[in-house]
Amino acid sequence: MRTLQSLFVSFAVVLLMSSICFGSDLDLFSDQHGTLRIAGGTAHIPVMKEITKRIMTRYPDVRISVAGGGSGVGIQQVGEGMVEIGNAGRAATDDEIARFGLVPFKWAIDGVGAIVHPDNGVKALTRTQLQAVFSGTITNWQQLGGVDRTINLYTRDQASGTRKVFWSKALNKGDISMAANVVNSNGAMKTAIANDPYGIGYVSVGHMDASTAPITLDGVTPTLETVRNGSYGVARGLYSLTKGQPQGLTKAFIDYLFSGEGQQIAADKGFIPVR
Amino acid sequence: MKYLFQWAAFGSALLTAAIFVILYLLSLPLLSQGTLWTVLWQPWDPQHGSFGIYPMVVTSLSSAFVAVAISTPLCFGCALFITQYGPRNIRRWMLNLVRLMGSIPTVVYGFTALFLLVPRMREALGGSGLNIATASLILALLIAPTLILFFVDSITQSSQRDCHTVTALGGTRAQVIRHAVLPQAWPGLVNGILLGLGRAMGDTLISLMLAGNSVQTPDALTDSARTLTAHIALVIAADVASLEFRSLFACAIVLYLFSALLVIGVRWINHSQPLSQRRML
Repeated sequence: MRTLQSLFVSFAVVLLMSSICFGSDLDLFSDQHGTLRIAGGTAHIPVMKEITKRIMTRYPDVRISVAGGGSGVGIQQVGEGMVEIGNAGRAATDDEIARFGLVPFKWAIDGVGAIVHPDNGVKALTRTQLQAVFSGTITNWQQLGGVDRTINLYTRDQASGTRKVFWSKALNKGDISMAANVVNSNGAMKTAIANDPYGIGYVSVGHMDASTAPITLDGVTPTLETVRNGSYGVARGLYSLTKGQPQGLTKAFIDYLFSGEGQQIAADKGFIPVR
Repeated sequence: MKYLFQWAAFGSALLTAAIFVILYLLSLPLLSQGTLWTVLWQPWDPQHGSFGIYPMVVTSLSSAFVAVAISTPLCFGCALFITQYGPRNIRRWMLNLVRLMGSIPTVVYGFTALFLLVPRMREALGGSGLNIATASLILALLIAPTLILFFVDSITQSSQRDCHTVTALGGTRAQVIRHAVLPQAWPGLVNGILLGLGRAMGDTLISLMLAGNSVQTPDALTDSARTLTAHIALVIAADVASLEFRSLFACAIVLYLFSALLVIGVRWINHSQPLSQRRML
């Protein structure tokens, strides 16, 4: 009997030890259960998916759904209570914050860069050239030293945070041609440019990979490093917004975003963590 | 029990009317800016305060009509093959294949076309390959099952007696089709075409994925352009209180009126037939 008891005790001690040793920021969710709905900015999605995967693998009682829609949708849906967390790739306007009682959490910084097909010979532009391309003044790749083909412009929908930062900081609020094709997410933009050898578009630096090539703007290539050290200026904050101060599962999720692990995930996905 | 069904019928009829009333009320702020007419004729340029939906109306109509124009002859041939010309065992097989086609989600068509059709269109027509023509080709494929099933239905329901009479008079199969089948089947054929038109105009994903969504008014079928449905899908992310968002209700009204018109057209054709040949839709 005594041996059994001591076995129990030592087992309990081992358990306790191991939970200390393997303790992680995921412990935030240990008492949590229920459903959390997230929607909005498409730049955020890789980070949201990774976090969600980790949480739900360890705590099956927690159900988290991640949807896109764009920054506008994120703000709108969290404001109307359709989701608990709304993501936005731009700061919410004062009007939006006041109207819905939103609390913004800026957990990473993200650059936005122009991209072309990897086979495209043109991989560097000046700001003036970029503006001329997007306004429709320069219409042929030949004018930029490339092949004799029409430039296919791709832009994002009006509510996109990525569009907003690219338009104000890379295009200096210049016109975007009415003839530009419009896609509705960072992912769709990447697919479009990866499939169009004569296309030019723009995505969040976190979405850049080998399927597309970044355009060096005024001598600076948009990468994690150049955005971090500030030499590449077309950047914005990534926000998650809640309606009122977050509580329960929502609070745990926001806290996790700012934890060591959460910030590491953001860094792994190509963003610059804020902590 | 009777009342339950009565109320259900009454309720759903009321709902249809209520949708229109709500759409109208919600688009009032936009309409007060001018009349619906100017909204219909303006270009879309929110940055300069212009919320017209004219380019989208043009694109929706042209892509739907082109899709039907491509689809109708092909589907008519297909329906004739299934009902008249094809070997018997292949007929049933074909008909099942068409039914299967009808159950494929539109996103599958859109996604496949993005990788298979768009690069070919880009090489053939120049530009990005995302244009009204590409979207119309896939829309034609999308509405084909609707058209074929309607065509087959109306051809098989035409009187066998007349067909036998023409055959007995020495008519060839083509003459049977021309003189016995078509005169009876045409209302069904037109019904199918009208419903196909409605389906082509109402589809969102294919035009969103393949038409390019640019906001210019298209000059040619090779231009990138945006349909009303894709426009709604793209602008729905805008701030709810903005005029941009409100203009979506004007889009919805146009779509609503168009489908109402189509349904009225279908009804009218059905009622212009003799009572004995009327079919429920």
